[in-house]
Amino acid sequence: MNDLDAEDRLRFEQLVVPHVDAAFNLARWLLRRREDAEEVAQEALLRACRFFRGFHGGDARAWLLQIVRNTCYSWLEKNRPRELMVEFNEELHLQTCPTPETIAIAGDDRERLTRALEMLPPRFREILVLRELEGCSYKEIAAITSIPIGTVMSSLSRARRQLYSALVNSPRKEAVREM
Amino acid sequence: MKCDFADSLLQGYFDGELTAAGAAEFERHLQHCVHCTVELVDLDLLSGRLQLAQLYEAAPAWLRKKIRADLRPVAPTTAKPQPLLWHWLAAAAALLVLAIAGWRMSPVLGTDDYQVELAEEIVDAHVHSLQPGQLTGISSNDEQTVNGWFKGKLTFALPARDFANDGFALQGGRLDVVEGRTVAVLVYARHEHLINVFIWPTSEPEESARVGERLGYQWVAWQKGKMEFCAVSDAASAELEQLHRLIAG
Repeated sequence: MNDLDAEDRLRFEQLVVPHVDAAFNLARWLLRRREDAEEVAQEALLRACRFFRGFHGGDARAWLLQIVRNTCYSWLEKNRPRELMVEFNEELHLQTCPTPETIAIAGDDRERLTRALEMLPPRFREILVLRELEGCSYKEIAAITSIPIGTVMSSLSRARRQLYSALVNSPRKEAVREM
Repeated sequence: MKCDFADSLLQGYFDGELTAAGAAEFERHLQHCVHCTVELVDLDLLSGRLQLAQLYEAAPAWLRKKIRADLRPVAPTTAKPQPLLWHWLAAAAALLVLAIAGWRMSPVLGTDDYQVELAEEIVDAHVHSLQPGQLTGISSNDEQTVNGWFKGKLTFALPARDFANDGFALQGGRLDVVEGRTVAVLVYARHEHLINVFIWPTSEPEESARVGERLGYQWVAWQKGKMEFCAVSDAASAELEQLHRLIAG
């Protein structure tokens, strides 16, 4: 990490380090597990540092998140390739559903939203996280996810619709049925 | 009934991404399209729920520390270029191992700077809270009332306790932002001094308490039970210490 000269190090600290939370948050939602997100966010930052000389101004958050995203996808491909194939994660839905613990917390909206988000395919999940949690503009989302800006709106529409239906089929109902 | 506008312009309108002309056109459409109006309300509800649930997960403090520490310059390495490729490869591999070890080992380097920076932010937040109307989101000396107010606003459990008998009267609580994450703050009064106690979850191992001073304000920080605490006030540091002991039990 120390192959940057003093000036670049300072620039990295000023421009990139403030977005560590954004990097971690995106990794956490793409990978669904904090431990994995910690590992991959670290790796992504290492990579960002290595290629920082190639960054010539512009939106540092979008630049970093692009690296985080690519690092997450390559990690998923290596470690959980099936997650990238499913359109709507029914299997996950079943896996995470009703244990006594999840029933106990199913009333908590945060828990329900988390579960619903995690059921979405990664490509819809990331676009929602970027828009709703990170507050990215369409232009930034397009840059981070490498999809054309014209497609951002329709992808967001589909993602929101899927989240909505995931919430309607919420664990609360599942849990009640199970009991 | 589905509306043709729903997918194309509705999202952009909701997200404030349409041009002025596009937005005006959509608003004209809205005047006679119940479907889009309902969709907009649904989008707003969903977005509100996502915001309220505080789904954003900030990076653990150690990750930030580690990155800062790794950015610090080290003494130049003495590895000289070797004429033979395998020599060079061996040197590169050794450096790589060192680099990985350095990266993994969570160096203590930079901890102090991090602490100073954190204290700066917390003292700033403390000063800001002393301005009119900023001190409390809930103003009460009743533990249950304060705890009830925090419930649902935080992703972690917070035991608000009143120590009026020991001379630290609970004044209430509020939410604040430190290092980009939402933290809980409990407010206590000690004689004429106000004390803010900032609290947030941490995955850091417990360390002994740290104390410091900035701009005439004292602070004491400690970890307990996966929570990080930082009390700050213009009260004497011995008094902060006393509150620390009361809270840490």
